[in-house]
Amino acid sequence: MPFQQIKFYQTGTFTVGNRLLNPEDRSVQSHQDRSNAINSGHRACQGCGEALGARYALDTALEATNSQLIAANATGCLEVFTTPYPETSWQLPWIHSLFGNTAAVATGIAAALKVKGRREVRVIAQGGDGGTTDIGFGCLSGMFERNDDVLYICYDNEAYMNTGVQRSSATPPAARTATTMPVGPNPGNEFGQGKFVPAIAMAHEIPYVATATVADLRDLEAKVRRAMEFRGARYIHILVPCPLGWGTASHDTIRMARLAHETGLFPVFEAERGELVSALPMRMQLPVEEYLKPQKRFAHLFGAKPKLDVIARIQQRADRNIRKYGMLKEEVL
Amino acid sequence: MFKQIEGSKAVAEAVALCRPEVICAYPISPQTHIVEALGESVKSGALTPCEFINVESEFAAMSVAIGASATGARSYTATASQGLLFMVEAIYNASGLGLPIVMTVANRAIGAPINIWNDHSDSLSQRDSGWMQLFAETNQEALDLHIQAFKLAEELSLPVMVCMDGFILTHAYERVDMPSQQQVDAYLPPYEPRQVLDPREPVSIGAMVGPEAFMEVKYLAHAKQMQALERIPQLAAEFKQVFGRGTGGLTHTYHGEDAETIIIAMGSVLGTVKDTVDEMRDGGHKIGVLGITSYRPFPVAQVREALAHCKRFVVLEKSLAVGMGGILATDVRMAMSGRGSLRGFTVVAGLGGRAITRKSLHKLFREAEQETLQPLTFLDLDWNVVNKQLAREREVRRSGPAAENILRDIGTVASKIA
Amino acid sequence: MDKPFAITLDPGSSLANHTGSWRTRKPVYLDRLPPCNAGCPAGENIQGWLFHAEAGNYEQAWRLLTQDNPLPAIMGRVCYHPCEGACNRGQFDSAVGINSVERFLGDEAIKRGWKFGKPGMTSGKRVLVVGAGPSGLSVAYHLARLGHSVEIHEAGPLSGGMMRFGIPKYRLPRNVLDAEVARILDTWVTLRLNTKVANIEDSMRAGNFDASFLAVGAHIGKRAYIPAGDAARIVDAVSVLRSMEGEDQPMLGRRVVVYGGGNTAIDAARTAKRLGATETIIVYRRTREKMPAHDFEVEEALQEGVMIKWLSTIKHADEHSLTIEKMKLDDKGFPQPTGEFETIESDSLVLALGQDVDLSLLQGVSGLEIKDGTVQVGSNMMTGHKGIFAGGDMVPSERTVTVAVGHGKKAAHHIDAWLRGAIYEPAPKHEPVTYDMLNQWYYSDAPKTVRPMLDAIRRQSGFDEVQGGLDETNALFEARRCMSCGNCFECDNCYGVCPDNAVIKLGPGKRFRFNYDYCKGCGICVSECPCGAIKMVAEEI
Repeated sequence: MPFQQIKFYQTGTFTVGNRLLNPEDRSVQSHQDRSNAINSGHRACQGCGEALGARYALDTALEATNSQLIAANATGCLEVFTTPYPETSWQLPWIHSLFGNTAAVATGIAAALKVKGRREVRVIAQGGDGGTTDIGFGCLSGMFERNDDVLYICYDNEAYMNTGVQRSSATPPAARTATTMPVGPNPGNEFGQGKFVPAIAMAHEIPYVATATVADLRDLEAKVRRAMEFRGARYIHILVPCPLGWGTASHDTIRMARLAHETGLFPVFEAERGELVSALPMRMQLPVEEYLKPQKRFAHLFGAKPKLDVIARIQQRADRNIRKYGMLKEEVL
Repeated sequence: MFKQIEGSKAVAEAVALCRPEVICAYPISPQTHIVEALGESVKSGALTPCEFINVESEFAAMSVAIGASATGARSYTATASQGLLFMVEAIYNASGLGLPIVMTVANRAIGAPINIWNDHSDSLSQRDSGWMQLFAETNQEALDLHIQAFKLAEELSLPVMVCMDGFILTHAYERVDMPSQQQVDAYLPPYEPRQVLDPREPVSIGAMVGPEAFMEVKYLAHAKQMQALERIPQLAAEFKQVFGRGTGGLTHTYHGEDAETIIIAMGSVLGTVKDTVDEMRDGGHKIGVLGITSYRPFPVAQVREALAHCKRFVVLEKSLAVGMGGILATDVRMAMSGRGSLRGFTVVAGLGGRAITRKSLHKLFREAEQETLQPLTFLDLDWNVVNKQLAREREVRRSGPAAENILRDIGTVASKIA
Repeated sequence: MDKPFAITLDPGSSLANHTGSWRTRKPVYLDRLPPCNAGCPAGENIQGWLFHAEAGNYEQAWRLLTQDNPLPAIMGRVCYHPCEGACNRGQFDSAVGINSVERFLGDEAIKRGWKFGKPGMTSGKRVLVVGAGPSGLSVAYHLARLGHSVEIHEAGPLSGGMMRFGIPKYRLPRNVLDAEVARILDTWVTLRLNTKVANIEDSMRAGNFDASFLAVGAHIGKRAYIPAGDAARIVDAVSVLRSMEGEDQPMLGRRVVVYGGGNTAIDAARTAKRLGATETIIVYRRTREKMPAHDFEVEEALQEGVMIKWLSTIKHADEHSLTIEKMKLDDKGFPQPTGEFETIESDSLVLALGQDVDLSLLQGVSGLEIKDGTVQVGSNMMTGHKGIFAGGDMVPSERTVTVAVGHGKKAAHHIDAWLRGAIYEPAPKHEPVTYDMLNQWYYSDAPKTVRPMLDAIRRQSGFDEVQGGLDETNALFEARRCMSCGNCFECDNCYGVCPDNAVIKLGPGKRFRFNYDYCKGCGICVSECPCGAIKMVAEEI
């Protein structure tokens, strides 16, 4: 693993900060003078996972680059809730162009910086799952294959939340969205569809690909820091629960992200040049019901007669991830 | 320095002299030779510092240019036809953000039916995109307009399309006067962006603007183009001082002084039109020409002035507003509204590369003088074919694809090149 | 830069938008009462001193600890640590070894020579403390800190009370006891040994005392009637343990039977074993489950070779044998005779059937209430006679060192108030924090550190201390296992997890503050607080 697992017996390294750690071992988010890349006053919903994930990632990147950072942002929640005229929440140079071109805009920024000899200034592109895995996918793939010097971060909340919770190619099977209603013989989103862009990113053999969740800040920060050590195209895919779209309590945002990982449904790993180099082990392997039950988008699986066959298929997906990415403790690479 | 050179190469050299910093390339005929030549310049080290990026689509090309321009780099790309349409969302975005990107449009028809030949449907479809559009009549003008375009774009923080007829200009070898680097440097100062992404002074570019300010933002874009109406002739004059050539400007008139009939057109067809007019002048016809260089912003005042003393005008345009008629003609007629006695004719010509011959023009212009022209005329339309197809469609509900039927009827392939 | 209108904006300008107005509920910080603190008879702020110990600030930890209890090195050896029984971590993996950290701090203080500060002011009031046992020493220490002049009158030749005369050396080495007593005497406490108070009112008058605290303990071994032959050797456990402190060690013989089931019985049996008995048997009338002695002490005794006869009573004692009757438990769990008898060999019988209080000093004092051999006190620890307070084993309560120390602290506050003509009102207790209020995910697995034990062979032949202490690394590890239940330990979680940056970090030791201008009331901070130190409350509208 590229990041140090600090053994600390009061709280492990799982809390944001820790007064007992050496200052250099503390998380960026614990710093009193952290950047707050997204300032207070933004209009994200209560308990927004994306607002959190974006601040985590960008604050880390800002620290890693000594604030020499520019961000390009796809259309979507993150863009809308941060920059309604006349106010912006961003504290770093930031541009929003379109929904589907963010990777390309970032390529242009990186090219401009290169031609101007400002190699110290680094570029991040960011967007939601719709802007990344669907409409922006062409530009993303282009940026990857050219190995442009851009870190692309996808904040994945598994549907088009900004437009009112419609299915994206990152929506999991059985999930209810406004375009995959829980009606008919196969309620919710279809099985056998969708794509996992981190794996596609790996297929481009770019220098660095990682996944993370807002539930494990230290892991997330380590990955952003690691990403900034590379030149060339990099991709980080962060799971950011959406209370509105998932039908969860606003205070459960981090818990849901944690459960997504601890059930094996969301593998947390990193890969370099197309090869898996580490996987974050589950600390407590939980059945998928633990994750599904608190979410209203999966409510149709429970109720009086739980749909055990569907739940079993979801469990199979989790089991496959656990096997494929080595998410059990003893399988840590 | 005079050179016998392909139009695309000439433009590529001129663009290179403008010291672009980021060039995005995606192949589409008939633009491709321009970016090929630029790519070679960058790769060889002749053009440096410059980033030449082979993108995966025109949408990406414009998007990369947006990012680069917003970061303070002089950015350039070229496209045509379907490519232009594929980047439309980004086209509007670039102008909305006020990014002074210069793009060559090698004008080409839009499908379906797919057609690689020249007309003006592509760039005219972007009439309202907020970009300025300058149309070149010759390769020399195409070359010169690119140098002026960078200066115009950067002064006003608005993007500019330099439109040149696909194949007719891009692939034509002509003698051009290629300026020196010193001349271009003397004319075109380094790019100083109005707004820039820079950690030294962070800003958020591309905010969401609601009803409370959206109209104002749009008006300001309009006001900018109105400023350009003043600035474009000045830039042409300054250009003449440095380069010794009077190219550019908003409009050109030819034999306009005593003309009773004025032919209005854009692009390379003006050459044929002028030749025809010369021949008719020899025959005593009081006929003249108004060439529009700046389609956007549209020079209403200059058009009114040019047509102030004529009796009739003909708008000869390589574009069609389906269901309406002319596109350029609409603007000209709007400019001349209130002039009740003036007769205007719209002639749609040369679509998809259909040749516009002197012979056809002689006939056309005479009919115009006699005012026997229909208000909307399709030059050299094969009525036989059209009528057959219309009849077929009236009779048979599933009459098959029109283009293929017509090809079968006329027993030929592709376009008619005289 | 000359920014274009509307589309380009100044950084961070969203501060103008106060999203706090969206909120219907808001988070508030609070301190909850951790179960260790709630369970400590001495009222220690255990979570509080562990907080300092975790950071390696041992002296600060010791100073906070000794605000409540002046005897940490002793506590770390003899306290039965109800704190650990209550510890929430026990439900997670195993309880924090609070007792062993306490001992480490106490030993560290002795090693480093840390002293108590002298009180800053003097009240001019004099208090007489009768008895230099744990409650007497405790009350004296606390009163001295409150500025009062204290004199302890101890009837015996040495201080410590039951800590010296009841607890064997192998559990509490005397140098440790002496060191902690000496440190108390270093404040404004005077100890007069061999000074028996015959009559409390006389002594108070004679010494011009404004108040007194009685803590004479319970030193009289209870006798049970056991028919015995003339040559039978029957002694009581208290006497045996007391005589261990003198010149002449008791002669108990090779086969010793101890009668009783409390901790004193165990201490007596283990002492007998160390004095050379080849066979030591505890006779107890009920079963191991019913035995009042602490299980770990029973276990240690068994390891050392002590035998226990369960469900047995002694019917007759002779010079070298005892007659035992087998018992059985009835439906209510009481032992009932079975009529089955057996004989066991025994050179001496040690009775460990409990202790009584010597109440002679209270004769003639008005207003006192004596019940079941103990002095009754009010909730303020005052007897029925104004100005005379009492605590420790002589008042009705559990008889442990820690309870006694707690009595001393409590009494000191009430005496202090009484001397000022006031009534002591303890601060209201925080609401308790239960295991379900913790976010257990944040605590990594870290099993309890086991303290080293002296090997069984050496334990049977000498009085060396059985249980060792932790070294610094271990103690630090153990302290860091504390989950800080209900009390902020500045883990920065709330600060980090707020999507609205609405938590202000005030800096080391200063905790956090909510910025209600921006807090939208999502409640993530409450869910993700590891230790349950934040709660949501309805917004005042």
